Amino acid sequence: MNLEMNQQEFPANVDKVPVVVEHVSGLAELAGVHPKRIMHLELAVEEAVMNICSYAYETPPGTVTVRVSSENERFMVQLIDEGVPFDPLALEEPDIKAELEDRKIGGLGVLLIRRVMDEVHYERKGLSNILTMVMHLNQ
Amino acid sequence: MIQVSERKQDGVLILGLEGRLDASTSGILEKRLLGTIDGGEIKVVLDFSSLDYISSAGLRVLLMAAKKSKGAGGKLVLACLKSHVREVFDIAGFSSILPIFSASDEAVNSF
Repeated sequence: MNLEMNQQEFPANVDKVPVVVEHVSGLAELAGVHPKRIMHLELAVEEAVMNICSYAYETPPGTVTVRVSSENERFMVQLIDEGVPFDPLALEEPDIKAELEDRKIGGLGVLLIRRVMDEVHYERKGLSNILTMVMHLNQ
Repeated sequence: MIQVSERKQDGVLILGLEGRLDASTSGILEKRLLGTIDGGEIKVVLDFSSLDYISSAGLRVLLMAAKKSKGAGGKLVLACLKSHVREVFDIAGFSSILPIFSASDEAVNSF
């Protein structure tokens, strides 16, 4: 089901991450996204918002604008923040073949986002970081 | 929300996780798990049968705990992962570094 663009602003605060996740999953439900894929969305949104909260703003608090729309079997979530230039996709992914002793703690978020979403794009536009994540619904 | 229950079987500590292991709840498990290992428990099973969701925050805690346990001469073993939780482990490459069993008894017997 198509959803018109929904835009909402949230504090870029670790405590608010569950609120953003719930916001997006509620919209996904309305759009008729399959429960299993809603879980993937929750994961991607949590990871992406956490990165913004952790890295984008040097002096908190900041905000994250969340845009959600569903059209032509494409469910799109866009996260916009006004923090320092920060491309979460440039974060190094962990070596998933490493042994327990050698596994680094960190970097898993981007890996998960990339694997559960069908499209992920980052753009720096003016003073904003824009992360766009798309899920193809006909898969 | 996360609830952690505790029981012992054949000298093995079984921690049952219920709810979600995400950025807001992972601290609770971290405290409990690291405290348990610090307290000398070297045989620990994490029962995931009531866990509905895990994100990288949760995986991070498990990795830290597994390393700490190993360093203390112990072992951390997982049991009864739901399929979508298992999927996250697979993507993150955690299925090959943490022992995962499909039943709690199997996990206990693995020590």
